[in-house]
Amino acid sequence: MSKYDIFFHKISLIISLAVLWIMLSGHYTPLLLSLGLLSVLIVAFISSRMNLIIFDQPILQLYFIKFIPYGFWLIIQILRSNIDVCRRILNPKLPINPQLVKVKSTQTSNLAKVIYANSITLTPGTISIDLDGSEIEVHSLSEKGVDELKTGTMDKKITDAEANPYV
Amino acid sequence: MDVLNIVSGVFIIVGSLSIIVGLLGVYRMPDFFTRLHAASIIDTLGAMLILFGLIMHQGLSMISLKLFLILVFILITTPTAAHALAKSALHGNLKPVTDDDCS
Repeated sequence: MSKYDIFFHKISLIISLAVLWIMLSGHYTPLLLSLGLLSVLIVAFISSRMNLIIFDQPILQLYFIKFIPYGFWLIIQILRSNIDVCRRILNPKLPINPQLVKVKSTQTSNLAKVIYANSITLTPGTISIDLDGSEIEVHSLSEKGVDELKTGTMDKKITDAEANPYV
Repeated sequence: MDVLNIVSGVFIIVGSLSIIVGLLGVYRMPDFFTRLHAASIIDTLGAMLILFGLIMHQGLSMISLKLFLILVFILITTPTAAHALAKSALHGNLKPVTDDDCS
C-alpha cells in the first residue's frame, strides 16, 4: 500500500466519521462542532496508530454507489429466505437437513470477501463459518439454501460491483 | 387515524410475530448451529420490520434517519456476531447435527 493510499484512507475515514457525527448530534453551535471535530480527529488518530486502516480499498471509493442496488437485492433475498425458514419452523415435522458445505468466492479484496460472507450469514438458513482464501465454509439449514448459493448469483453480483465500482 | 399510522402498526405487529416465530425456532431446533439460523430471523426480519414501522410512524425527520442508521448497524453487526459464535463453536469441537441424525 503506497503512502498516497494510506493518506486517502485517513481522509475517507475522517469524512465518514464527521458525517456520522453531524447526523447523530443535531447540534450546530461552534463549540459543539469543534468538539466533534476534535473527537473525530482523535478517533482517526487512534485507529491509524492501531493499524486498523487495513482494508485494501478505501471505504468511500468502492462501496457506495454500486452497493446500493445490491443492498436492495439482498433485502429481497433476506425476505424470501426468512419466509422459507419461518415455514420450516412452523411446520410440525420440522423439515430440516443441516449440512456443512464449501462455497467458492471469486472476490479479490478482503473487504469484498467479508461483504460476501456477511451477506451469506445475513440470509437466514445459511451461516458462514470459516473464510479461508477463496473458500467459505457454510453451515446451511436445508438443501434449498445450498442450491441458491451454488448458483453463484450473490457471488457474481459482489464481484461485479468490486470490479467496476463507479459504473 | 390516517393510513400511514395503520400501515406502520401492521409492520410493527408482523415484526413482533416474526420475533415470536424466531423464539419458537430457537426452542424447536435440535442443536446450536440450527438454533443460530432461527435466531437470525429475529435479527433480520424482526428488526427490519419493527424499525421500518417506526420510521413510517415518524415520517421524514432526523429521528427516522437515526432509526435507519440503527437498522444499518444492526444489519452489519449481527452477522459478524453470528459468524463469531459459529466459528468458535466449531473450533471448540462442537459437531453440527447432520442429515442422518435428524431423520
